Amino acid sequence: MTLEPRFVRDLAALPTHAFSHRSLTWWGIIGFMLIEGSAFLLAIVAYFFLMSHQPEWAPRPWLPPDLFPGTLFTVALLLSEIPNSMIKRAANAYDTNNVRRLLLVMTLIGLALLVVRGFEFNALNVRWHDNAYGSILWALLLLHTTHILTDWIDTVVLWRLMNTAHGEEPRRMVDTDENALYWRFVWISWLPIYLLIYWVPRIFR
Amino acid sequence: MSSALEKAKAPPADVPRDGPGLSGPVLEARLARTWGRPRGLIGWLSSVDHKDIGRRYIVTALTFLALAGALALIMRLQLAKPENDLVGAARYNEIFTMHGTTMMFLFAVPVMQGVQIYLTPLMIGTRAMAFPRLTAVSFYLYLAGGCLLWVAFILNIAPDIGWFAYPPLSGPQYGVGKRPDIWAQMVTFTEVASLAAAVTLIATILKQRAPGMSLARMPLYVWTTLVTSLMVVFSMPAVALASSLLLSDRLVGTHFYNPAEGGDALLWQHLFWFFGHPEVYIIFLPATGFVSEIVATFSRRSIVFYPVVVLSVVATGILAFGLWVHHMFATGLPRVGYSFYTAASISVSIPTALQIFCWIATLWEGRPRLQVPLLYVIGFIITFVIGGLTGVMIAAVPLDLQLHDTYFIVAHFHYVLIGGAVFPLLGAITYWFPKFTGRMMSEKIGKLGFWMLFLGFQLAFFPMHVAGIYGMPRRVYTYPAGMGLEWPNLLSSLGSLVVALAVLLFVLNMVRSALGGRRAAANPWDGSSLEWATQSPPADYNFAHIPVVESRAPLWGSRDHLPVVHGLRVDDRELLLTTVMDAVPDVREPSAQPSPWPFISSVAISVMFIGSILSPWALVVGAIPATIAMAAWFWPKGPPELEPTIS
Repeated sequence: MTLEPRFVRDLAALPTHAFSHRSLTWWGIIGFMLIEGSAFLLAIVAYFFLMSHQPEWAPRPWLPPDLFPGTLFTVALLLSEIPNSMIKRAANAYDTNNVRRLLLVMTLIGLALLVVRGFEFNALNVRWHDNAYGSILWALLLLHTTHILTDWIDTVVLWRLMNTAHGEEPRRMVDTDENALYWRFVWISWLPIYLLIYWVPRIFR
Repeated sequence: MSSALEKAKAPPADVPRDGPGLSGPVLEARLARTWGRPRGLIGWLSSVDHKDIGRRYIVTALTFLALAGALALIMRLQLAKPENDLVGAARYNEIFTMHGTTMMFLFAVPVMQGVQIYLTPLMIGTRAMAFPRLTAVSFYLYLAGGCLLWVAFILNIAPDIGWFAYPPLSGPQYGVGKRPDIWAQMVTFTEVASLAAAVTLIATILKQRAPGMSLARMPLYVWTTLVTSLMVVFSMPAVALASSLLLSDRLVGTHFYNPAEGGDALLWQHLFWFFGHPEVYIIFLPATGFVSEIVATFSRRSIVFYPVVVLSVVATGILAFGLWVHHMFATGLPRVGYSFYTAASISVSIPTALQIFCWIATLWEGRPRLQVPLLYVIGFIITFVIGGLTGVMIAAVPLDLQLHDTYFIVAHFHYVLIGGAVFPLLGAITYWFPKFTGRMMSEKIGKLGFWMLFLGFQLAFFPMHVAGIYGMPRRVYTYPAGMGLEWPNLLSSLGSLVVALAVLLFVLNMVRSALGGRRAAANPWDGSSLEWATQSPPADYNFAHIPVVESRAPLWGSRDHLPVVHGLRVDDRELLLTTVMDAVPDVREPSAQPSPWPFISSVAISVMFIGSILSPWALVVGAIPATIAMAAWFWPKGPPELEPTIS
């Protein structure tokens, strides 16, 4: 420092972690949500752009996707918010034991969701290379699947970490809290995509 | 009560901290140990110092500028006379594609982000970027994308589809071989790199500003960085999506851009230009930030109407998203579309004009010193105003339909991009050179270089307006004699040689000055912002104590003392987080230590991306090592310590 320092305040008493918008990584996660949200939004715009070129959607002779796997997935995804909210609450209460238990639950739920998602691809009743309608349906489903998959991997890594001595670190509770926040993005972003894949091709047939 | 809760409520640990009892050389030695990086190649690859990464970004981007500039020279030599046969048609297609792609994706945006990565933490008074390892990954992926494109060029498989790669030319039917795939995957690399840097910059600016640096006191350059980073976040997903859809059309037979199966080539144009137009402002707005800083320092007064400049930058950032369709006037639009996008395109000139008036007013009110950085600013104002005016002209649909895809457009965008971004960039390099290297650039060579560049530029690009009005189309490798195109083209070619010499002179000046230039003090230009409060070049830890900001021009307020806060630990890397609006001290958070994992992750991601040019399964197989590397990056490397660390 070339200028003489004039000390005005001691900050040693400040906390070394904080939740929500006071945390640095929270802003990083919000940034990535904005990026991924923009990508979802643009993919949705592309969907409507392609749809505007067709007299009917799904174009005959292709049948709209079967409802069962996608609806099952949606219901399960919505229900997953219950343990997800419990994790957030446990993390904010620094309750390591509950966080450990619930992360295992979320890991298993994520795995189950991935299995159901596999059946969804099979129920689309169109292949990606059949026509542009099939291409955009597959693109939306694949785009969302990457989010389920990456958050599931994230949750597995976090679950393992929380079962070490680091699980007792307050700062790791912030990681857990933010992982749960990201899961909310994953399920909220699914809802419009569910409508576009399963319902719009029925309504505009 | 759980152990985590007890720890959360525990008082600060007994670790060494900066303050009245630990200051001066003793503190600096300890901080240097804490914030330094290991020696050797591994240490170099492990660096998470924003100054290292910013410098690497800048040097790499300038290298790509030189390469793309060499291609421009080849094109100008080919076009110097009619029916020239120096370069054939196919090679010419590759050359203009490589020139445009390199300039836009590998030079213009990365160089701006490189300077932002270098300067932002210094200007806001912090010690590191918010996510230092992500910043490192950003650089490595950018480098990998650039190498992919240029190795392809050397191997004679370079893309030849223009820098905006319109299907069907780039699609599976006409874009045979792997050339378009290489282009599309280069886009993926650079977009991921750019998005990572943008998120890091946003978090850094919003959460790490020095105490007291409220948003209303933030340096104008930092404002432009914040706005452009937000623009990156909202615009770059469009091109990433567009190029992914293109790759999938080519690789797995989807039909997004295939009209025969319900797709539409115009979908590409919408997605591409929804990115491509904001991209122009992502390049231009940081340059306006350079101009604001240089004008203030060299006028020796703060920028007149600071709030107007800030609002102009924000308005430009928003309006930039409403203009993309003016690139598509020639595709045919509904009448209301023409009217709307013409109005929007003309209106974007208003905030930029406001900024220009504020700079002129500042120069008018101040005591300007006509040194090299300010010369570049004046060159910028003149050149950019000409480019802006031709922009207003071609915002009018009838004229645009006449001039579309002619050399008039080439002239226009070189005026706004070179005049609007490269001139301020060279001024900025000259201005911050002492901070980057600890030495001053030669003023005499700098002035000579400026005049050569300014005049050579006008000679090279002004005649292109004429060639365009005479009807010369872009992207043709030659033209017949007798159409009035000989003189404009010859003048342009001569001008391009002068520009090349001027750039060479600038580079020589940089090298010579970096090796043996006059040593620079901490604040050689008497600047007012915080980067000038630390030595040139800054130490690894940037600031020995975190400064406190009491006005918009902190260094002009007190000339001998700097108010600082203290109490940050010195035995490990720690940052001060402040509140978003008012920058009130809020949290002490650890900052990441150097790590080789970002580099290893980048290699794994690069293998995955490049493999996916050949087979979609590369994404599945390649994701496994990439995931493992990223988990290793995140995983703590030792037992918990007294206070949190990121090991």
